[in-house]
Amino acid sequence: MNSINFDVHPPHLSPEYKSTIFRSPTKPLMIVREHLQDLRMPVFGESVLGKFDNDLTKNARVNGEPIGERIKVAGRVMDDTGRPLSNVLVEIWQANSAGRYIHKAEIHDAPLDPNFLGSGRVLTDSEGRYAFYTIKPGAYPWGNHYNAWRPNHIHFSVLGHQFDQRLVTQMYFPGDPLFAYDPIFQSTPVHARELLIARFSMDWTEPEFALAYEFNIVLNGRYQTPFE
Amino acid sequence: MERLRQTPSQTVGPFFAYSLTAVQYGYAYDSIANHTLIGPDTPGERIFITGRILDGQGNPVPDAIIEIWQADSEGNYRTAPISAADHDSHEFIGFGRLGTGTQPGAVFRFDTIKPGRVRSGRVRSGRVRSGSVTPGAAPHINITLFMRGSLRALYTRLYFADEAAANEQDSLLAMIPTDRRTTLIATAVQSAAGPGYHLDIHLQGDQETVFFDL
Ligand SMILES: [Fe+2]
Repeated sequence: MNSINFDVHPPHLSPEYKSTIFRSPTKPLMIVREHLQDLRMPVFGESVLGKFDNDLTKNARVNGEPIGERIKVAGRVMDDTGRPLSNVLVEIWQANSAGRYIHKAEIHDAPLDPNFLGSGRVLTDSEGRYAFYTIKPGAYPWGNHYNAWRPNHIHFSVLGHQFDQRLVTQMYFPGDPLFAYDPIFQSTPVHARELLIARFSMDWTEPEFALAYEFNIVLNGRYQTPFE
Repeated sequence: MERLRQTPSQTVGPFFAYSLTAVQYGYAYDSIANHTLIGPDTPGERIFITGRILDGQGNPVPDAIIEIWQADSEGNYRTAPISAADHDSHEFIGFGRLGTGTQPGAVFRFDTIKPGRVRSGRVRSGRVRSGSVTPGAAPHINITLFMRGSLRALYTRLYFADEAAANEQDSLLAMIPTDRRTTLIATAVQSAAGPGYHLDIHLQGDQETVFFDL
């Protein structure tokens, strides 16, 4: 018999990731499904999108192109029954190719790129598809432990249709040697880690332009109303 | 029915501000929502909501992102798609988002209206059924938190101290042991800026806030 483990999310407390120690609830969570099962989320439209919000290689240009390896990141957003979710707001942010975030609190000694911000957003289309062009982010050090480095990643914030379809996650790149040393990636149950890793796609790679990565996003579908 | 495994949650990390709350933090990028949910013509009682997120050592968390989602003054959640005209006319949507990194003491502050008692089965032009989100629920605001050191979203709710009778009848509050109910109830505050409510969210400790598992 095939048994699939659907318990994919990291625990709130994951002591190897030190910041969780004083920021994770210690008491059992209240199960309140029946109270929130019909609660929908706001439906954002094109009005929240800027002209180049899906193209991070263009949306912050000042005097040239951003430095680094141009890539395409695309995929579908669906619920866990496989149903594509249209009009889902997907927001991303990332470090530049040198591993530097533009965030003011970031102190890593790597160069900023005057032509790269690292923020993007899109809405999924009628088949749940989204696509971004961006620059492949670099790895960067952090203070969790001695010689701690984050694997290359893009942060994702996904706002689905229902209240429990709100996901914040990170997309990683295939074969990263830092996976084994990263307590954030490692906080994820072993069987589910592969779900965080984009797949290299030769099919979507654009000749003479950009390598492509496919990252599909599956949201909770437990409360999907059958009639709509 | 065949099911797919969900995409696992990961922490929002410390560096979300230039994307998710760019305007608030002064980055050259738009924001889909901010701390102000109201426009000049929004019907309802204008209130502010303040609070802090406190970690297990009692320190305010200065790098959290907090989202609120609430009904309008009549108890209806907005379900119609949001258009450019809604932005232009400051139509009340009921969704707010801010980071805790721009105010002294890591305080958050939303300007909104007091939500009505949630209705159900009600049809209004431009809006479909508000959803049976606990019909008759006491006025409340849904809260979702993300922060560095948190690997998953934290869900809770804010209720109002001056709605004692409605709170008594609220079926979600009724599920919570009496001694922990107070962690969801914002206290009324009077200030020069008008009526407001304050709620500190405790991640741990004696006053640990009740968080929800959806
Ligand atoms: Fe990061």
